[in-house]
Amino acid sequence: MNRVEGRDKVTGQATYAYEYDVEGVAYAFVVQSAIAKGRIRSLDASAALTTPGVLTVLSSADRPELGDTDDPELAVFQGPEIAYHGQAVAVVVAETLEVAREAARTGVRVEYDEEPHDVRLRPDHPGLYRPKVVNPGFPSRTEKGDVEAGLADAVVTVDEVYTTPALHNNAMEPHATIAVWGPDGDLTLYDSTQGPTGHRDITARVLGLPPERVRVVSRHVGGGFGSKGTPRPQAVIAALAARAAGRPVKLTLTRHQMYDMTGYRTPTIQRVRLGADAQGRLTALDHDVAEQSSTLKEFAEQTTVVSRVMYATPALRTDHHLARLDVPTPSWMRAPGETPGMFALESAMDELAIAAGMDPIELRITNEPDAEPGSGRPYSSRNLVACLREGAHRFGWARRDPEPGIRLEGRWLVGTGVASSTYPAYRRPTSASVSVLNGDFIVRVAAVDIGTGARTALTRIAADALGASPEQVRVEIGDSDLPKATLAGGSMGTASWGTAVVRACEALLKNGGKEATADTTDEVGEAADFARHAFGAQFAEVRVHADTGEVRVSRLLGVFAAGRIIAPKLARSQFIGGMTMGLGMALMEQTITDPDFGDFLTDDLAQYHLPACADVPAIEVAWIDEEDPYLNPMGSKGIGEIGIVGTAAAIANAVHHATGHRIRHLPITPDKLLI
Amino acid sequence: MAFLTVQVNDVEHHLDLDTRTSLLDLLRERLRLTGSKKGCDHGQCGSCTVLVDGRRVNSCLLLAVACDGSQVTTVEGLAGGDGLHPVQEAFIEQDAFQCGYCTPGQLCSVVGMLDEGGPSAITEDLSTEPVLDAAEIRERMSGNLCRCGAYVNIVAAIEQAAGVAAPVAQAEAVR
Repeated sequence: MNRVEGRDKVTGQATYAYEYDVEGVAYAFVVQSAIAKGRIRSLDASAALTTPGVLTVLSSADRPELGDTDDPELAVFQGPEIAYHGQAVAVVVAETLEVAREAARTGVRVEYDEEPHDVRLRPDHPGLYRPKVVNPGFPSRTEKGDVEAGLADAVVTVDEVYTTPALHNNAMEPHATIAVWGPDGDLTLYDSTQGPTGHRDITARVLGLPPERVRVVSRHVGGGFGSKGTPRPQAVIAALAARAAGRPVKLTLTRHQMYDMTGYRTPTIQRVRLGADAQGRLTALDHDVAEQSSTLKEFAEQTTVVSRVMYATPALRTDHHLARLDVPTPSWMRAPGETPGMFALESAMDELAIAAGMDPIELRITNEPDAEPGSGRPYSSRNLVACLREGAHRFGWARRDPEPGIRLEGRWLVGTGVASSTYPAYRRPTSASVSVLNGDFIVRVAAVDIGTGARTALTRIAADALGASPEQVRVEIGDSDLPKATLAGGSMGTASWGTAVVRACEALLKNGGKEATADTTDEVGEAADFARHAFGAQFAEVRVHADTGEVRVSRLLGVFAAGRIIAPKLARSQFIGGMTMGLGMALMEQTITDPDFGDFLTDDLAQYHLPACADVPAIEVAWIDEEDPYLNPMGSKGIGEIGIVGTAAAIANAVHHATGHRIRHLPITPDKLLI
Repeated sequence: MAFLTVQVNDVEHHLDLDTRTSLLDLLRERLRLTGSKKGCDHGQCGSCTVLVDGRRVNSCLLLAVACDGSQVTTVEGLAGGDGLHPVQEAFIEQDAFQCGYCTPGQLCSVVGMLDEGGPSAITEDLSTEPVLDAAEIRERMSGNLCRCGAYVNIVAAIEQAAGVAAPVAQAEAVR
């Protein structure tokens, strides 16, 4: 089944947030802080205000009134304090984009009382503390068994530090909002969001409005990868600007501004200690991380939680430490926690295999647990071993000589590597309705399609539930006026929305009427206590140039066990897309912070390198046909994030196999190999 | 302000325009042709790619006034009618996009690229016309970024549209 909105997307008819044709719209452009810490001493917008075409300027100099100001990232222009470089300090509203941009850049004079800033995460940072919980609510620290004794008893050990840099989501569509106030004081926001219902509720609270007075429309969203999971400042700024200007206002962040104002993945400094007996069975696993948040908000990425999920061990300790720096607030980026955590754990497992003289696949299979190690809960299903075995067969793993650094083809050193993937299968309460119209079925749910294929998957799910053909089903999503839904995040969209759609369809068939609705709050709340995770195995072949250190990925294979796959053609694309982002993480992506000025240096697409077409080989994807009755009526696990998890480790392990060099600090750039 | 005449998708426009206006902003904000996307506004992502007099360009880097007298083709005009261009059909068939935001630029870039010929930076033999294999396609399409990571399918779609190869790739379940 092809993507149902495919024709709209290839003809330019799919409308994204900034593109709605709103009569009388004015243009806004944000002014950002030029310091990382301190206070605004004076803000003079007189030059902007006298520029022909400028309608108004908003800033803390004339503090706009807000409702709930508890979220300091959304409580814009409320005071002179600066918490990070690039924080919004003013917005200019004008008749045209050209005038707004020019006046924002040259017409707003800001003077600061600057204070020394602290933007550098380091393992000995004096401010490191243990947060109470890590995203989205896990305990920060867990311990079972005696880790030190387990390490002391081990025949082989690994004790290494792995680091991942700050990373930016960089969805292709910049975060944008058009704000339209109606004559009765109702607010419509056309916004690039991953969750219209949540966006409406949060934004209404910030603006001091009841939620029923706010509508959020997001029919097409140009990617998000977590960064559009919650409202960003531009939505609040656009609403305030429209109110002040007395006209609809459109506001997009620039690519450059996105780096400061839309979240990013924290850098991590991870120490992993593994011990194993002579058979390769783990005797201890200790995983600790230092990471950062802003001074405004605590966001603690759940980096070491993966070690509570993956391997059997009698002694397990996982811990998180956070430093609050003068930086923008980090946030969700595709598989927060799992992605950096599995780079460290799966690199360490490769090192342990080498230390133990074992095949890395056999080492993992040796440590397959009966129940989730961190919790003791049974798995609803776990097919990591099947993924490893199937992948080994497809990749030709049996022919692999484990000796590193010995395969030279021309001037290219060739190597292969493997790593496991995992991601939890979540579900959250959602409502949906289905109605009959001229023999067709209209399905309504405030879901959103950020590129995942939500429309297509829900069409398939509804058609199956109704016993109808997909052509008879029309799915309406992307609007907070539709039945309330959880966000497109945490790889739980299809599971959550799909459950509600199935239940609504069942109710319609049962009542035989024209319309039925469903709310899954009770069903989700009453779910049995299982550890629910998708698993996968990733295989990489790399070629490393012996003279330049350039790394090229020549093969990538991912085999996944993620429940029932609902829309196979699109699912394959999702897995490949995640693996492609993982390739970027492995080889090129990093956001460098300037210690002197406190800002992000690599803050555009010429300096922050995303994988381009020439970087990406043919990627092969397969999946295990997994039956799991403990998930949801579709039997599906989420697939949006697991593709990125493990890719970087598989590539780093392949680089070691090719060269004999173990790169523990991403990305694997040539300079790190030419030592 | 400046006066210019520009033909967009075979429609002639006579415009008074702020000289700071890029071709992309002219298309999106004045002519309401929002198919062309703004991803970076710096010529780094390719989302804004359109054809100007048949050549692919980053429309965010081109001042609209520099296009006086030019013929511009955007994604809305690629098919030249109500049907789909073969490249558009191939993109749907191969699932060569996810969020769709880079797609209009990818499509215009493909159509321009297929008309270009000549060697690329990776062509080994400069004395003959290069064969448009997967490596040449990847090289020639690397000015158009896709964060969803649809490159594998984009290459397959181009191979299909160019008649080079590529049945629809399938990932199959095992067991």
